[in-house]
Amino acid sequence: MKFVDEFRAPELIAKAGEEIRKLADSDRHYRIMEVCGGHTHAIYRFGLKDLLPANVELIHGPGCPVCVLPMGRIDDGLSLAAQPEFIFAAFGDMMRVPGTHGSPLEYKARGMDVRIVYSPADALKLARNNPEKHVMFFAIGFETTAPSTALTLVRAKAEGLNNFSVFCNHVTIIPAIRAILDSPDMRLDGFVGPGHVSTVIGCRPYDWIAKAEGKPVVVSGFEPLDILQSIVMLLRQLRRGEAKVENQYTRVVPWEGNRAALRVMAEVFELRPYFEWRGLGFISQSALKIRESYGTWDAEQRFTVPGIRVTDPKAAQCGEVLKGVLKPTQCKLFGRECTPEQPVGALMVSSEGSCAAYYNYEHRKPITIANAATR
Amino acid sequence: MCLAIPGQIVAIDSQNTHLATVEVVGVRRKVDLGLLQDEPPVPGDWVLIHVGFAMSKISEADAADQMETLTMLGEAAAAIEEVRGYGLENEIPDYPPQRWKQ
Amino acid sequence: MATAVTKIKFREPQIEMSHGAGGKASRRLVEGLFAPLLFGSSPGPLGDAAHVQINGTKIAMTTDSFVVKPLRFPGGSIGELAINGTVNDLAVSGARAEAIVVTFVLEAGLPTEILEAEVRAMADAAEKASVKIAGGDTKVVEHGKADGMYVTTTGIGRLLSGVEISPQSVRPGDKVLLSGPIGDHGITILLARGDLDLEADLRSDTRSVFPLVQALVRECGAGVRWMRDPTRGGVATSLNELARDCGLGIVLCEEKIPVRDSVRGACELLGLDPMHIANEGQFLAVISSQHAESALRALRATPGGEEAILIGEVHEQPDSAVLVTTPYGGSRLVDMLVGDPLPRIC
Repeated sequence: MKFVDEFRAPELIAKAGEEIRKLADSDRHYRIMEVCGGHTHAIYRFGLKDLLPANVELIHGPGCPVCVLPMGRIDDGLSLAAQPEFIFAAFGDMMRVPGTHGSPLEYKARGMDVRIVYSPADALKLARNNPEKHVMFFAIGFETTAPSTALTLVRAKAEGLNNFSVFCNHVTIIPAIRAILDSPDMRLDGFVGPGHVSTVIGCRPYDWIAKAEGKPVVVSGFEPLDILQSIVMLLRQLRRGEAKVENQYTRVVPWEGNRAALRVMAEVFELRPYFEWRGLGFISQSALKIRESYGTWDAEQRFTVPGIRVTDPKAAQCGEVLKGVLKPTQCKLFGRECTPEQPVGALMVSSEGSCAAYYNYEHRKPITIANAATR
Repeated sequence: MCLAIPGQIVAIDSQNTHLATVEVVGVRRKVDLGLLQDEPPVPGDWVLIHVGFAMSKISEADAADQMETLTMLGEAAAAIEEVRGYGLENEIPDYPPQRWKQ
Repeated sequence: MATAVTKIKFREPQIEMSHGAGGKASRRLVEGLFAPLLFGSSPGPLGDAAHVQINGTKIAMTTDSFVVKPLRFPGGSIGELAINGTVNDLAVSGARAEAIVVTFVLEAGLPTEILEAEVRAMADAAEKASVKIAGGDTKVVEHGKADGMYVTTTGIGRLLSGVEISPQSVRPGDKVLLSGPIGDHGITILLARGDLDLEADLRSDTRSVFPLVQALVRECGAGVRWMRDPTRGGVATSLNELARDCGLGIVLCEEKIPVRDSVRGACELLGLDPMHIANEGQFLAVISSQHAESALRALRATPGGEEAILIGEVHEQPDSAVLVTTPYGGSRLVDMLVGDPLPRIC
């Protein structure tokens, strides 16, 4: 696969690993946060932690849109779609996330018309092909995904497809990073920046992290070489006492972002005054809602949303794990009451959630001869 | 939020020019090019696909540059270290290249 | 070496879709509810087929039901799956399928030509697999049930001589053999459903693996420790079941696991792991290390076995788990599938 395989070349990965070991000052313990859940997934999938020296620690950030969605929003979405002529459409990622009375897949087993879609455009297509039904698309994602939802709404309006609406749960990444940096328990040295979000918002939005907080940010791709190279770049900055924003993912990320995407987002969305994030509480100006001009296609403006608020079980420490303060294994429910099969929180369900990643890929891994040699 | 794959545009839909058929090692899907309307891609271009939309054009030149840098990893550092020993610090090119930092 | 199945009690108040998906939930249902009630206090490991003694003759017996949407797909249909699936279950338990009986549960309103096409497909598949269809039963249910049709096949077979398959005979140092590329069937079905709007030149791999199993057993005899056909839940689920049953670790080499380009492309696009995707024409075997090379040669020399490959080996650690090593010195655990593989965008 072009633009993928080259960035998985074993010899180059070995070199990058070597370089990291050389750059990591043995007197320091580096705490680097990868913001994006996609990076968390890649790190585990490629076994990248095995290639890092013990004093370079990767902390998993809150960039997992499924993980930060409060359970009440899932309940709201499902209760809206509970009417017989509704089709509830969502990405596969949402299907096993538990609401108070079950996950979308469980609702499907009980008779609700629940469909998995790969694209919001597919949800619109469902509406086009099922004029007697109403298709409600449960939208999630950061700025990577929001433009696609926005453009779909533009197309829905242009076509006059009124049997389509979006229940919008899009959130923005900068407030999440701010919440991390504001957290008193968090000590971080630098950030591996979210590569795909940055194709939309560009690299400028991270300037304050470098300038005001003094932490380097390297916007990174998702292949093993991308992530390792980004760590190299971060370590170089840290060695030189620098704090700058750098773009490692130049083949895809334009420094200024994608103006057309930002335009369509601005046309369709506006910022909610505040939004509840699971584990992080209410954060102002951190989520998108659909403008009145697109009100017909906004499930929240068109229908009455119950506005259910559900508090997470006290024992679940989703918040601390999301912020990187606790490792998944330090949550009392991990592996016991909370497993991928019976998840208590979304971090155990989402393929990017650090709890799921730990559980599936890591926590029972022995130090074998293979990975011992790289330490 | 992050699963996005490089794919090559093989055809633009004649009736809906915002739709293109994109191919990823033999798997084809219609992808919406609307987010790239400022610089519409053409057949042969590589784009980054996320949830059925093209997010960005992929630059072969940047990818090649990056490959070169990665191949030189370790060698560049070793060369720099050696040259440092000669007291020629100010003449050493900055790593990573200036064009990555705007 | 740890032994078989730990005692599980099935505590869930109702049956959910995940219980039929072939992963952990299914295992809980089988081991926690069916096994204690049906098989007595010490059921032992649950394989693909049962071995029953009748007047001193050991025969193998298996049953399977087929619930597939859509009924027809590139490379096959429910009818073929039903025959090949049962032939394969018998094959990987070391038996040659002799006879199959078929049950149809048909949905009222099913066009006759569809039923006829399936029955034809089954007759063809049975002939290809040299197995006799000995009889069957039909029921019709109301429109809206049975997704068109459900098919169940039950087969009996004779054990091949020299066969001594059991997870208990697996030893550290044994090698893991895979008959060919994985993921073809599951991805074909996923694409054939149409909701993901993906097109690829892909076909189901449904076929009888008996000729390959036979070649393997002829070559290695008791050197074949264990076999399984990795259907629902894929290679990951089958190997995790083995790991759990024998208490050892299965360590696989990622770059050795064959995946066709278009399966890989679809998996990358959808965020799926080929190791969790169903196969209907492949099988896994654990072979003693001294037989491994000759086993591979024997398979590759058999028509249909040309892509067979050794993908890993058995270790003491990690116990009861499956580990995949990446080409760059990293590794990750691979677990059984929970429910069906779902496309993701994150």
